[in-house]
Amino acid sequence: MSRRSLPEINAGSMADIAFLLLIFFLVTTTMDVDTGLVRKLPAMPEEEEILDDSQIKARNIYVVLVNAKDQLLVEEELMDISQLREGTKAFLDNWGKDPNLSDNPQKAIVSLQNDRGTSYEMYISVQNELSAAYRELRDREAQKKFGVNYMELKGDNKKEIRKMFPEKISEAEPKNVGGN
Amino acid sequence: MSRFKKKKGGGTPAISTASLPDIVFMLLFFFMVTTVMRETTLLVENTLPQASEVKKIEDKSLCSYIYVGAPVAGMKSKFGTEPRIQLNDAFRLSSDVQEFVAAKRESTSEEKIPQLITCIKADVDAKMGLISDIKQELRKAKAFKINYATFERVE
Repeated sequence: MSRRSLPEINAGSMADIAFLLLIFFLVTTTMDVDTGLVRKLPAMPEEEEILDDSQIKARNIYVVLVNAKDQLLVEEELMDISQLREGTKAFLDNWGKDPNLSDNPQKAIVSLQNDRGTSYEMYISVQNELSAAYRELRDREAQKKFGVNYMELKGDNKKEIRKMFPEKISEAEPKNVGGN
Repeated sequence: MSRFKKKKGGGTPAISTASLPDIVFMLLFFFMVTTVMRETTLLVENTLPQASEVKKIEDKSLCSYIYVGAPVAGMKSKFGTEPRIQLNDAFRLSSDVQEFVAAKRESTSEEKIPQLITCIKADVDAKMGLISDIKQELRKAKAFKINYATFERVE
């Protein structure tokens, strides 16, 4: 009885199989990274606690209202979204010069209030413009002090700039004024 | 003396394709590792708004996603055309958000709970009323870290 060795399996089609799998994964792969605006919600107010904002001087509050028709009312004046960034920067970066604008950036608060009928798109644009205003001021300060942009700073330097321009965006409890 | 005669001519030798499977396998593994399968099917229209001041989310596993938008074409007859909230694989009401957040906390290891973040993926046409409701529920559930998902706009 002769012993025959097993014939070797042909591996020629291995590449084809691998290609097939490869193409499947190529097609199904999505390399999207989730991006977005990060915000922190305030804690729920206690039942008895009465919000006392009379201690904050009116000049230190920048009131931004958005109505159900996506119109913007900033400090009791109609404003276009394109001007909001400059407006916010002027308010924050006032250092007590203009009596209607803030004392200093640490005390300044941006108060944002929207209607229930405001579109989400408008809301995000407003949030984005406010963030941009803070970011531009922080960048300017960081450039002046350390010669780099705010996002490239590390540790204490970053904290220092953040302390200089703390992002204080306060959102009022939602109201239904527009009636949708 | 023809024994050691050199072979001459015969054109260029064929390129060996023996290493082809290896190369393909390498690519295959790369894509297998990077692939993330979608775990939820979208029941709502979801065109995200654009913003320039965006931050990236480092760890997607810490995210709980809340989708908001009008039901997709096939669902319109059943669920109407008004924007709705989708949690996991079903339409839910804003009152279910607390439970949803609690379930996510339950399934996360303790040291990572403070890092949990809620991603609101809302359609551009959604109204703030619905978003406000979600935000109020999140405040009640003490899930304060939120992220409004947006596309990045280059300025």
